[in-house]
Amino acid sequence: MTDTRFKRIEKKKTQELISYDHSVWKDIKKELFSNKIALVSIIILLIIIIASILAPLSPYDPNKINVAEKLQGISAKHIFGTDEYGRDYFTRALYGGRISLTVGFCSMIMTVILGTAIGITSGYFGGKVDMFLMRFTDIFLALPSMLLMVVLNTILRPGLFTLIAVLSLFSWAQVARITRAETMSVKERDYVTAARNLGAGSFRIAVEHIVPNIMGPVIVAASLGIANAILMESSLSFLGLGVQIPRASWGSMLQSAQGHILDAPRLAVFPGVLILCTVLSFNLLGDVLRTALEPKIVK
Amino acid sequence: MAKYFVKKGIQLIIVTILISFFSFAVIYAAPGDISGMYLNEQMSDEEKEAIKENLGLNKSMPEQYWGWAKEVLKGDFGISLANHTSVSEQIIKRLPATLQLMGAALVLSVLLAIPLGLWSGYRKNTWIDNIISGLSYIGMSIPSFWLGMVLIIVFAAKLHILPSSGMHSVGNESFLDTVKHMIMPCITLSLSNLAVFIRYIRSNTIGQLGEEYVLAAKAKGTTGGKLLKRHILKNTLLPIITLLGMNLASIVCGSFIIESVFGWPGIGTLAMTAIGVRDYPVIMAYVMLSGIILVVGNFIADILYAFADPRIKREDMAND
Repeated sequence: MTDTRFKRIEKKKTQELISYDHSVWKDIKKELFSNKIALVSIIILLIIIIASILAPLSPYDPNKINVAEKLQGISAKHIFGTDEYGRDYFTRALYGGRISLTVGFCSMIMTVILGTAIGITSGYFGGKVDMFLMRFTDIFLALPSMLLMVVLNTILRPGLFTLIAVLSLFSWAQVARITRAETMSVKERDYVTAARNLGAGSFRIAVEHIVPNIMGPVIVAASLGIANAILMESSLSFLGLGVQIPRASWGSMLQSAQGHILDAPRLAVFPGVLILCTVLSFNLLGDVLRTALEPKIVK
Repeated sequence: MAKYFVKKGIQLIIVTILISFFSFAVIYAAPGDISGMYLNEQMSDEEKEAIKENLGLNKSMPEQYWGWAKEVLKGDFGISLANHTSVSEQIIKRLPATLQLMGAALVLSVLLAIPLGLWSGYRKNTWIDNIISGLSYIGMSIPSFWLGMVLIIVFAAKLHILPSSGMHSVGNESFLDTVKHMIMPCITLSLSNLAVFIRYIRSNTIGQLGEEYVLAAKAKGTTGGKLLKRHILKNTLLPIITLLGMNLASIVCGSFIIESVFGWPGIGTLAMTAIGVRDYPVIMAYVMLSGIILVVGNFIADILYAFADPRIKREDMAND
């Protein structure tokens, strides 16, 4: 592109009579603010996320054992009561939320990056590359992921990073499938042909022309992906294969609550409701976005 | 068509081999020296060596894998480290309970999902659809083990109407008693599948309602239940086959967690205990077995689908 005969054409600033700006983000914004369900989900998520971020403001130490105050009921001092070691349950729930949300977000990001990269490569190049990558993806889709996660977690040292890595390892295949299909349709469009004829390389085309145009399904997959990752994390932590004590996530709080199911059922209620609200909100958001971004779907 | 079967068959074999690698990796990558579990202080060095030799620990990894795989093909999963009995025997003893629970959950979710999904799609955007859809969203988002705990709190601890764990009451082996024990685990296990099925059938029904054959049926005067049963049901049932195959995973893995929540005496509880005490042969056998159940289930679903939907054959040929 260094040939001096060619010059980049600057975008002329002219007053447009009709706006053709239909960027993904605009669609999303419009849909989210006009849809009541989406708005409520966002508000719930914001409350949970902000509360978790602000967790250190709580006057209690989440891990400090105080046996004198164990298993206290709900009171003004402890709004969720205390657990079997006298720790403030509300504070613990907030710190638990930090872990659960971190795992959810991080594994979603890794899943999306891995899945999109493989999906685009496969869809863009086609042929042998596509065949090889898709067989690989098929196999990952067919593997019993939950079982293997359990296995991997028994072998590896359980912890935050292991959890995120294992979760992403078994969820990228879905994203790869979606992005591959989208890439295959996008790469046939005229603007991609135009870019290629102007001499743009594969990488440039992929990043500048394909990625922005397949963002819609990727965002949907990301939203549903977080929901799924949080659910999986809670199951693994419930089995004792997640983050290790004294750190807690919502799942591992439920694991310890199981021992007090008869005398202090509230210990089981709070983390569960938090998981349910978070996952439900992400699922609803994902579906609202899907309807907004994929006009094919019957509304 | 034949090509499709061959492709799926090859995939089945590859995945099974991969799963066997993973199950083998459990013991190979397990922390610590495995032989330590078989040795004790009183043994002489020669005896220790002999045991290592016997276990094949002085061989290379591929040799060890091959040795293990050969025994597994014969149905021998070795001996449990925890109670020194044959792993295969323990699994065979507990398998019926698990299959019973999984089967009941699968049947329950399909039987409930079909009418609910059809009706919800037919009455799109009315209050009844909103309730059914809302509940199915909750069903998809609820952690199943937590639902189990809540059910135990409500029905066993507070209301005392259902037993909280196990499969039989002591000394009571009647069918009714088993059913009573099965209600809660079965509901818990089927809920997430039920939710997914409902949503799928609903959107399918909505799609089908726009088709011309529905218009023709309506013109003849067919409405309501009759329309759904005679015309739409058949066309929405097809994808259910694939869904069943795909969601088998959540049943198999779900039963692993649900069984331990409800103390159901199946292979899930066995595996759970085994993980707790690091009883590797049992974990390996469990992973292998549930992996195979899953992969074979998926394979059957793929094959059935190909028979039920002629389009898949054509599509597949166009692809290759």
